[in-house]
Formats: sequence, structure tokens, C-alpha cells
Amino acid sequence: MPVALDTPLELHPQVALRPEPFGALAYHYTNRRLVFLKHPDVVRVVSALAEHPDVATALTACGVTAPRWPSFLKALTSLEHSEIVRERPSTD
Amino acid sequence: MSVPALTEQLKQGLDAPICLTWELTYACNLQCVHCLSSSGRRDPRELSTQEAKALLDELARLQVFYINIGGGEPMVRRDFFEIVQHSVDIGVGVKFSTNGAFIDAEAAARLAAMDYLDIQISLDGLDAATNDAVRGTGSYATARRAMDRLAGAGFGPFKISVVVTRHNVDQLDGFKALADQYGAQLRVTRLRPSGRGADSWHELHPTNAQQHQIYRWLLAHGDQVLTGDSFFHLNALGEPLPGLNMCGAGRVVCLIDPIGDVYACPFVIHEQFKAGSVRDEGGFAQVWRHSDLFRSLREPQSAGACASCGSYDACQGGCMAAKFFTGLPLDGPDPECVGGDGERSLAVVVPGTAPRPDQDHSRPVTLLRRRPAAVS
Repeated sequence: MPVALDTPLELHPQVALRPEPFGALAYHYTNRRLVFLKHPDVVRVVSALAEHPDVATALTACGVTAPRWPSFLKALTSLEHSEIVRERPSTD
Repeated sequence: MSVPALTEQLKQGLDAPICLTWELTYACNLQCVHCLSSSGRRDPRELSTQEAKALLDELARLQVFYINIGGGEPMVRRDFFEIVQHSVDIGVGVKFSTNGAFIDAEAAARLAAMDYLDIQISLDGLDAATNDAVRGTGSYATARRAMDRLAGAGFGPFKISVVVTRHNVDQLDGFKALADQYGAQLRVTRLRPSGRGADSWHELHPTNAQQHQIYRWLLAHGDQVLTGDSFFHLNALGEPLPGLNMCGAGRVVCLIDPIGDVYACPFVIHEQFKAGSVRDEGGFAQVWRHSDLFRSLREPQSAGACASCGSYDACQGGCMAAKFFTGLPLDGPDPECVGGDGERSLAVVVPGTAPRPDQDHSRPVTLLRRRPAAVS
């Protein structure tokens, strides 16, 4: 399912990020997937996800302007598919 | 803001390698004719257990997420499990290559119990005749027994690693079926004229027609098999194969040999491609980030004689190691260039002028078997 603006996301706990000039490398220790985060803004958003109630708030907090949101939703959907990010378990 | 293509950025190098191979020892129970590290005998200067652990600690600090351990036969080392356990404990995942000779039931159970560990069993033929001609008598049975034991111990999806040669290229479908049968993953890689391969490559490497065959097979199955991105020279044939289409040597990959010397990639164990040693001041990071060799490999490379060929963007001129050990210029076509330029270049290499691998750990050949003493 595509990631929506009101989805609560977080970096998957099994994933490590390594900063690189182009953005970051993300490595998932369980499924051994290595993923390139190809823009520093994507890295900032991914790192900030857990601190915010949903994607829209995280994007705003990272200074990503609304016209760029569709491309970020697409990137986050792809990252969720690779299990680099995941929907945050409900705390109820 | 425009961001250069990812491969263009990777060519300029990363702060640490993505994929690092560490040959743990030159000691090996086998003597494969294409061994890229000419392994056989242990080098007495091999890194100690403490040095090995310190190196892993440094790799963890550099956030190298996983390493490929090879040899030689890495399980020959008495501290093999200690080293591997230390690595996974500090978050450096391990994938190791083995011929399987030391995977008994106990070792299989121990391996199955570890996290962040992948195993590649080498197999270069679907039958004993094809495999053993390259890897030695009995090695097929040994490898299959190890696979059975891993499966029996519930290891999960191990990898079957095949070097594609003239004699097994028709067996690719069979290798895939074998992997599926074990619930394993197939990995196929390119034969390089490195190590003892310098002497066997000319007889073993796939023919030009077979290169086309490999390309078609990888186009059809590439998303289900691992290749280490080693067949990018075939991209000149059309639609690119999955993976990074570039030579990663000194940019995103490197090799650490058993005595701690750092080379640009696993296929160029030669003085000309040695960047330094992890035993030097500053350790591995200093070599990776500042060695003259690695810095020069991250500069834009000349297309040389390939510049006028319309396929250069697709194939990048192929593999540096393949050119070097066959005596071809590094800025010319790959010896297996699918356009046929490699064959034409090879034809004019004066025999005996190609650089030789400058290390040989092969065990001495026994010419005469000692006869049992006669009973008097």
C-alpha cells in the first residue's frame, strides 16, 4: 500500500544508515538488503520519521516544501517495500 | 538542484567500501586451477587473531555493513569461528566462501545458530567430472555433502557459487534447479585470469558465442541470481543486466589479503594494484581514503582505444583485472569484449609478456608418490 501523508513511519530497527556524499547507504541486517538513499533530504526525512506523528509533519519539519511531497511519498513507499522504513507499531 | 547519477558518484569513491573481501588465509585443502589467490600454503605472516579482531573493530567503526570472507579455505583457520563470531557481534555481517570440506554436522549446526551469516559453497560443475576437473578429485562430493549438512541443520538459504567456464555454461539451468532444490540461492560469477587462473583462463574462459549465451541467460534469470555485478562487460549486447554497471575496484570494493595487504579488488593480487597494508600507520581507513592508487582509480578513467566504440557507455571497457593479466592495455577492450575487439587484441599480445601474478602459494607438486617400504 502506498505511504500516505498521515502514515506514522519509522526507520526499521534492523536498518543502519551510513552517510555518504550522495545521501546514505541503508543496510537491513535481517534481509541483507543494501539500498541507496540518493538525496541528502531523503536521509534527513527518513532519520526524522520516528520523531513525528506522521509523514506530513516530518516533511514539514525537514523543510521539504509541498510541491516535492509526491516524490517523497513515492520514495518512502519504495523504502517501505524494501523494509528500510516501516509503519510504526500502534502504542495503544 | 541537479544530482549526478549514482554510478558517477560511486566512481569517485566512498568514505568506506560497500563490499570488502577479506581472504583470511592462503592455506587451502584444494588447489583449484583457477584460484584467484593461488592458494595452497599458509603465509606465516598471516594476521593474528588479535589483529583480525582489531581490523573488524575498525571496519565496524567505518560502518562496513558486511564483509566477504574467503581464502584459501577460511575454515582452515583454527580461530575461524572466533573471528566470525566477533564480526557478527559488532554488527559486521559475514558472507564466507568455502569448499565445504570442514562443514561436518557439528560445524553445520554451529553455523545455523549464528545471525548475520551467509555461506557460499563453491561448485563449478553440475557433475563430478565437470567440477573436479577444475576443483580437484572428490571436491564435488565434498561440496554436495556440505550442502546436505547445511540443509539438514536448517541453515536456511545458503548460496551456491559458480564460476562460469567454457565447460559449465550449458549447466546454468541445472545449477538453478539444484539451488531451488536446496532452497538455496544461486550465484554465478565471471572467470578471471587471476592467480592460477592466469594459466588456465585461456582454456577455460567462455567462447564469444558462449558470452552471448550467458547474457541471454542472465537477462532471463538475472533477478533471481546473484552475480556480484561481474558480467557488466556483456552490457554491450543491449539491455543492461541488473546491477551497478561499473568497475568497483578501489571505489566501492577492495581486497584485504591474509597478511593485511590491501588491493584494489579480489582479482588483482599484484604489486601494481597494492594500495598499502592494514598494518601501516593509520590502518585500513588511511589506505582506503588516502592511498595514491585508490585516489587515482577514483579519477575519471580514459576510454582509450574504446572511445570510438558506441558500446563504451554500456560496457565501460570491461574488467581491469581481465585486461591486466592477459597483457592487454587497461584503457582498451576487455579480452572477452563481445564486439570481438578483445580477441583481436589478444591475438597480437606477444606470448610471455602478460604480467604474471606475483605471488604463488601453491603447494609443491608431488612428482613421485612414496612407495611403501618393502617388507623384508
